[in-house]
Amino acid sequence: MKLTECMKGCSATVVKLHAQGALKQRLVSFGVMKGAQVQLLGFAPAKSTVEIKVGRMRLALRNEEAQLIEVDQNA
Amino acid sequence: MPKPVPVCPVTEKHIRIALVGQPNVGKSMLINAISDARLHVGNFSGVTVEKSEVFFDYRDYHFTIVDLPGTYAFTDYSIEERVTHDFLCNEAYDLIVNVVDSTNLDKNLQLTAELMTMNKKIVLALNMSDEAKKEGVSIDASYLATLLGMSAVKVSAAAKTGIGSLIEAVIAAHEAPYQEPKLVFSEAVEEEIAVIAAYLDEHRFEAAISNRNIAINLLQNETKTYRTLHDLPLWTELQPLLIEADRHIGTHHDTEDIKEIFAEEYAAFIRGIVTETVRYAEQPVEKKSLTERFDDLLIHPVLGIPIFLFLMWGLFQLTFEIGSIPMEWIDAFFGWFGATVGATIPNEDIRSLVVDGIIAGVGAVVLFTPNIIILFIGIALLESTGYMSRVAFLLDGFFHKFGLHGQSFIPLVTGFGCSIPAYMSARILKNDRDRLLTLFIIGFMSCGARLPVYVLFTGAFFGPSVAGNALFAIYIAGAFIGLIAAKILKMTAFKGQDEPFVMEMPKYRLPSVKLIWHTVLTKTLMYLKKAGTYIAAASMLVWFLSAYPHSHTLEKAYAVKIENAATPEAASALAVQAEAAQLEQSYLGRIGKVLEPLFTPIGLDWKLAVALQTGLAAKEVVVSTLGVLYAVGDEASETDTTLINAIRSHIPFASAVSFVVVIMLYLPCLAASVVFTREAGGIRYFFYLLVFTSLTAYGLAFLAYHLTLFLTGAAAVLPH
Repeated sequence: MKLTECMKGCSATVVKLHAQGALKQRLVSFGVMKGAQVQLLGFAPAKSTVEIKVGRMRLALRNEEAQLIEVDQNA
Repeated sequence: MPKPVPVCPVTEKHIRIALVGQPNVGKSMLINAISDARLHVGNFSGVTVEKSEVFFDYRDYHFTIVDLPGTYAFTDYSIEERVTHDFLCNEAYDLIVNVVDSTNLDKNLQLTAELMTMNKKIVLALNMSDEAKKEGVSIDASYLATLLGMSAVKVSAAAKTGIGSLIEAVIAAHEAPYQEPKLVFSEAVEEEIAVIAAYLDEHRFEAAISNRNIAINLLQNETKTYRTLHDLPLWTELQPLLIEADRHIGTHHDTEDIKEIFAEEYAAFIRGIVTETVRYAEQPVEKKSLTERFDDLLIHPVLGIPIFLFLMWGLFQLTFEIGSIPMEWIDAFFGWFGATVGATIPNEDIRSLVVDGIIAGVGAVVLFTPNIIILFIGIALLESTGYMSRVAFLLDGFFHKFGLHGQSFIPLVTGFGCSIPAYMSARILKNDRDRLLTLFIIGFMSCGARLPVYVLFTGAFFGPSVAGNALFAIYIAGAFIGLIAAKILKMTAFKGQDEPFVMEMPKYRLPSVKLIWHTVLTKTLMYLKKAGTYIAAASMLVWFLSAYPHSHTLEKAYAVKIENAATPEAASALAVQAEAAQLEQSYLGRIGKVLEPLFTPIGLDWKLAVALQTGLAAKEVVVSTLGVLYAVGDEASETDTTLINAIRSHIPFASAVSFVVVIMLYLPCLAASVVFTREAGGIRYFFYLLVFTSLTAYGLAFLAYHLTLFLTGAAAVLPH
């Protein structure tokens, strides 16, 4: 499933990055890579931006970018 | 090993340190925590990224620390990352001090792993160790050091602990021979490293770094290593090995992207290290951290934006209210200073130059230092507390609608301080189109130098209780016009793909007083330096143009009239008229007169037109020009001593509105335009900017002028 399909507060494991080029490198350098644990913390007004937690870091992503992160929701 | 080149000729006992770390790990604070250090702030050669160097002595060593811009990884994503990477690869330094955030070791050590392939001595500074302790994170520093093969020291820049041990560790590392750090990869990668290293060993290949290290660099496509080996005969046999290695590693990683593979490798290595050396105390699940509680409120979907607007409004109120107190003292000081200095100069022309030209001009600019300091403190607070990224998060959706990027917010807000750093900070935008678009509208964010003009005009036309609100309205109006202009540009000149929005939300931190003090001091001194040099020169020029040529016929004619005047009141009125007549036929008056027809439709007379022209040199000069232009005509008047009163009595409200609109929107000052041209990448962009801003300013000023006339029902009279 896409990261954006998670509910607020859900925890998930990154399965694959569908991003390319610079965006992919950026995500990877922030620790968003295969196997990483992420948690969806919340949305900005109008759900345009999402805030996630990767490891112990908080990261803000635009909805379009967050959709490129494929995750498995943790049980 | 090649003989290390001594960096400093004075002494051999010189240690040059490259300070490296990810953003928000407290590097600048660490540097500030070293006592008795001398700081030097400049630029990295060729680029406009700030480079701060610190010098200090400890025992019998001279230390130089170069604070490199924060970088998440060596991806060369932003200009800062490129600067750091270039410095580490190409410049001379003795060792790396890698600053990491102890509360977020897994992420921070990712960069450490990359540094470990650079063949340099590394000392790990585990910063924020006090915070980690509070959060229940305990790190076995000595075991960590053993595992990584480098020294690791717990420090806290905020509490100033461990700084001494860090420096001792640096000296120890400097004195000890280089030891290769212990970087361990997955089985597949290690196999391939062994194959390539063995091949290099076989061919007796020798370099400053070990063959294992070369193999690692080849596998992760490190450009410099590639280039060096590419020209050697052994390359023909090495190449097939590398291709085979890539294929083999690729099958184990489910991707072909070598950067991603190595990131995963490093992450796995770091996970292992962190599992071994870091213990997290069981946190009660329900208890929220301070950052989380702050975020609940500050990035609340409904309350977040009103809170932000309220904070900005408060900042502008403070700027106006508190700033006005010392302004009176400064004003009085320059009045006294001018009179005192004037009394010692016998020659009338020189006295006029010094008192009316230089002292009045510079005084008008120095007058606004308190406002500027308050504004700079506000912006520094926004940045150093971590609130700035929250605002970018909140506003991205909104900004995106106007074709801008949430991170455009940072250069745009910086633009409220000064356009020059704003143009430079636009480099955080990776996409060229987004960056250019932001560059084009930064000028609409009213910079600190325009604040004096606004303060002058709002002070002249509004009571003290409303003036702050009027000032806020001016800023908001400029920002909104900027957004609309961005939308128009995005739909026409800058069509295309949007830049992704991926940004760290750092923890909230109490700002360090010393750091804020330092930032504000540097910026304020820059402002005053500008007042002392550039603006003093411009004031002299304006004075000269307004004082010459001096018409003796006019002088004589008025002298006769004044002598024959019936009452003393009539005589002083005639004296004012004489001054005005002199000014009108001066060079400045003539230039203004030529331009006047162009400005009449927007309600400006030649004096205001001239003030706008001089504002192209620097916006502060607008005020000093008005000072020269109006102070001259007012010398005879007893009651109207201040410029504010002169403005109120000479300029109709509608003309003032029109003037403020032009100031708000027209071309940034000379220095900023130069920076803009450089950042945009060509002189043609400057001409685009000139045309774009001039048309916008003129058009909207015309609109504002006639709208104000209509609303107030006033007649269209020009200033007099």
